[in-house]
Amino acid sequence: MSESHAIVVEKVLLYTPERIWRTLTQSDRIAKWLMPNDFEAAVGHRFTFCTKPMGDWDGIVHCEVLQCAPPRVLRYSWKGGSDSNPAYGSRLNSEVTWTLTPVEGGTHVKMVHDGFVFPGNRFAYEAMSPGWGRVMDAIARVTSEAEVGGTPAA
Amino acid sequence: MAVATQLTSVMKTLADPTRRAVFERIAREREVAATSLVKGMKVSQPAVSQHLRALRDAGLVAERREGRHIYYRPAPKGLAPLHDWLGYYEAFWQERFGNLEKLLKEDE
Repeated sequence: MSESHAIVVEKVLLYTPERIWRTLTQSDRIAKWLMPNDFEAAVGHRFTFCTKPMGDWDGIVHCEVLQCAPPRVLRYSWKGGSDSNPAYGSRLNSEVTWTLTPVEGGTHVKMVHDGFVFPGNRFAYEAMSPGWGRVMDAIARVTSEAEVGGTPAA
Repeated sequence: MAVATQLTSVMKTLADPTRRAVFERIAREREVAATSLVKGMKVSQPAVSQHLRALRDAGLVAERREGRHIYYRPAPKGLAPLHDWLGYYEAFWQERFGNLEKLLKEDE
């Protein structure tokens, strides 16, 4: 089983959803904060973002508008990269979802970039991250109690 | 392109479910003898040895010999290529989100 990891950025901004929506959906505005593009706010519209080429990847992110419900939800696919590249140039078949929720005095803006597929489950990756020691100790204890011969014997 | 090769090889190495199970078991137990891995896995000893070699070659596990036993533990930087990948995009979106906010402010 593979598991898809997502990046989430969210914040309350002191503007109306309509106003933020324009910044998220007008091509010339998007270019100012994200990347050069030929975006149009219509489901099924295919567009590209242009970034720096890397290795055998031309730096073009291929996208398609999947959902467009002004001024609340915008979702597009995000494909690009190459297997032979590290970091941002690595192959990515993903989706970006913007959700705007009116709150008092502004709008809660949430961006989810989903589709970072790692082989296997989250457990192994979290196990390797800093700060995993205590949890792992607890799991290891339970595991060794439950399994006969689970601990390395001499 | 050493870094890229690492990301691809980590991905390929962990794509095999049995090998991933071996790796997860090592990660969970922090250090485990090859012999006890075989007992817990319901996979033949040569197969486990082959998976361990692949994990070691991909930089995912480190081995330590003690007498007739070989112990395996997760390599500290083994999954770094995957974390770097996600980390790049995390930083990217944080920055772009900041740009977005700045642009909205400028329009006031």
